[in-house]
Amino acid sequence: MARVLLFGRLSDIAGWRDREIAPGPASLSALRALLSAEDAALAQALGAPGVQVALDQAIVRGDAALTAGSEVAFLPPMSGG
Amino acid sequence: MIQLTDQPFEPGALLTGFCRGRAETGAVATFTGLARAEAGATSSLELEAYPGFTEARIGEIAQQAVARFSLDDFAIVHRVGKIAPGEPVVFVATAARHRRAAFEACDFLMDYLKSRAPFWKKEHGPAGARWIEPRDQDHADIARWETTP
Repeated sequence: MARVLLFGRLSDIAGWRDREIAPGPASLSALRALLSAEDAALAQALGAPGVQVALDQAIVRGDAALTAGSEVAFLPPMSGG
Repeated sequence: MIQLTDQPFEPGALLTGFCRGRAETGAVATFTGLARAEAGATSSLELEAYPGFTEARIGEIAQQAVARFSLDDFAIVHRVGKIAPGEPVVFVATAARHRRAAFEACDFLMDYLKSRAPFWKKEHGPAGARWIEPRDQDHADIARWETTP
């Protein structure tokens, strides 16, 4: 099982913010493929420039293996202050 | 001190608390950011954070500021949730032995909070809602610190 979190405009596009996916995909790329297959608009938004991925609250670049209980967050460009 | 809050805060009270008991500090600088009404175009701001991750990232930014400007201390308070125009969104205070370090550290922290801290900001108004993303100016502001040795 993987927990997936969407922030900012990504959650508006998908219509959800927090979801558990079981059985959990084995990798980030498999998770992206799964999400993309069910929602083309989300697929495009996840691939947009400036969208970062955090795996268990650490930024990762490229692919990574997921384990049971992995938390994956998709982070669009940040804007605080 | 790093704090996220969904409640309005009083910057004066935060400053008073931050200055208390500092016999050797010498200089405290602060910045307070307020939500703008944009001449009626914005009725409220909504700020989203990633609990745990947001505080950890702000902590990393703050530790860079402490090392770079030899800060004695810092305080960062940031709102999340719905914010009305005129309400404080962010409060930053820096304490150092001399004023230049305190001013510069405050400027540095705000530049990084604007576009490197995990917050997502939505403006609500009569024309609907829109997500705010960093402007070119925000990236230029960060670049000032990355090109200076």
